[in-house]
Amino acid sequence: MSHAALPALSGYLRADGRKGIRNVVAVAYTVECAHHVARLIVNAFPGQEVHLIGFPGCYPNDYADGMLKRLATHPNVGATLIVSLGCESFNRRGLEAAVEASGRPVHTITIQQNRGTRASVAAGVEWVGWARAVLDEQQRVPMGFDELVVATICGGSDSTSGITANPAVGVAFDQLVAAGAACIFEETGELVGCEFHMQRRAATPELGAAIVACVNKAARYYTVLGHGSFAPGNADGGLTTLEEKSLGAYAKSGASPINGILKPGDQPAGGGLYLLDVVPDGEVRFGFPNISDNAEIVELIACGAHLTLFTTGRGSVVGSALAPVIKVCANPDTYERLSEDMDVNAGRILAGAASLAQVGGEIVDLVAQVANGAQTCSEALGHQEFILTYKQFEPSGPGCFPLKAA
Amino acid sequence: MPHPTSGAPSLLLMAPEDNCLIARTPLAAGATLEIDGAPVTLPGDVPLGYKVARHALRAGTKVLRYGAVIGTTTADVAPGAMLHTHNLASDYIPTFTLASDAHSFIGSTH
Repeated sequence: MSHAALPALSGYLRADGRKGIRNVVAVAYTVECAHHVARLIVNAFPGQEVHLIGFPGCYPNDYADGMLKRLATHPNVGATLIVSLGCESFNRRGLEAAVEASGRPVHTITIQQNRGTRASVAAGVEWVGWARAVLDEQQRVPMGFDELVVATICGGSDSTSGITANPAVGVAFDQLVAAGAACIFEETGELVGCEFHMQRRAATPELGAAIVACVNKAARYYTVLGHGSFAPGNADGGLTTLEEKSLGAYAKSGASPINGILKPGDQPAGGGLYLLDVVPDGEVRFGFPNISDNAEIVELIACGAHLTLFTTGRGSVVGSALAPVIKVCANPDTYERLSEDMDVNAGRILAGAASLAQVGGEIVDLVAQVANGAQTCSEALGHQEFILTYKQFEPSGPGCFPLKAA
Repeated sequence: MPHPTSGAPSLLLMAPEDNCLIARTPLAAGATLEIDGAPVTLPGDVPLGYKVARHALRAGTKVLRYGAVIGTTTADVAPGAMLHTHNLASDYIPTFTLASDAHSFIGSTH
């Protein structure tokens, strides 16, 4: 594919040199006890780029700490307000320091020191109003595809997902990787059975071994939990086994070589295809790796993803805080029922009305339009889902980053 | 990835070595379709996207889709009969072994 055929991109330049495709004020609560105050602040800005994120737990967790730092300094975020109750374990000062060091406006409201709910909401609304005005003055600058990070996830999969939407995203991923973008696919628990094929696509033998180990870890984790990543709706949609679901999901990755494994919050070392390892390290603790699709979308965003390609057969309607979600609908019947929620109708492939290559090209065009500011269906409908829970990870091993080591 | 190819007008063959076919549209019981050049009458309704047996499968047969094993039949399956949880089970969940290459792709186009 010729790069000249791709449209020009633009984004908001950040102090660290990265560029964002949105200019969001993030409002981050640091314990559930501050959630309501943070939500009231966000609700004062309907239809504006003010998004709610946060962590509900009162016990400390390095993963959640790192995730909120990555999210609060994501390229799509221009400023961050931190809303703390005051007595929770979360290191709000560390978060504030990380945002400040990134060159972004940041402010912390501690409810216990700020005369409670009403006064804290008023102070928060005043600060976000100021930050919004600052960000609204910023202009977009030219941005290359080699500065773009695109993620993919599937949710509500059915038997059509692996025939239409997933391979169409694979076609789009191949074109985006060829244009220099970093592309991330995920859910090692839904790649069980694909590990040896992925190993053969790895950029180095060390990475290949790390991929197999990573899927084995996922298999062990889900086996201990006694439940694979397989929902009743998957079977209702004609999928019979986890292997069948995995093979269909794997098609999203396309055919490019795999350049590295990321853990949540790791940043791609450059353009190319990356696998996100979402399954915690060590003994099983804290429950299911990701309790629903948005937990994974948040992890993809923490890896720098500017936007996410979400394939669905049964019909998920979610979007996300901070980064747009493009919905690629696999099943033509689902598209008929949920067309207002779906950006791409890949089910046309089943009817013979479009080829995989055509739908793949359509997805690439839409990625460029959304990067340049066009709203996705979920953005227009106000979807801003966000989930962050407890997890435990060890740092990534050297074999996971062959590009960085080279 | 294998591209959809037509095994019969209403059924998709995902890879040449597959022994299941995917319904491109909802199919009604009693409909007669051509599979590999021979007429097959469907014994039951098949919803869109569901799998049917490409030919007679004995219980204990590995089922291939995308050229890869997706499980093993738990009963004899007639040609054109639907393959789903009533007659097809995962090899992975009950029998997973870390050292085995048994679940890798076979005959992939990559």
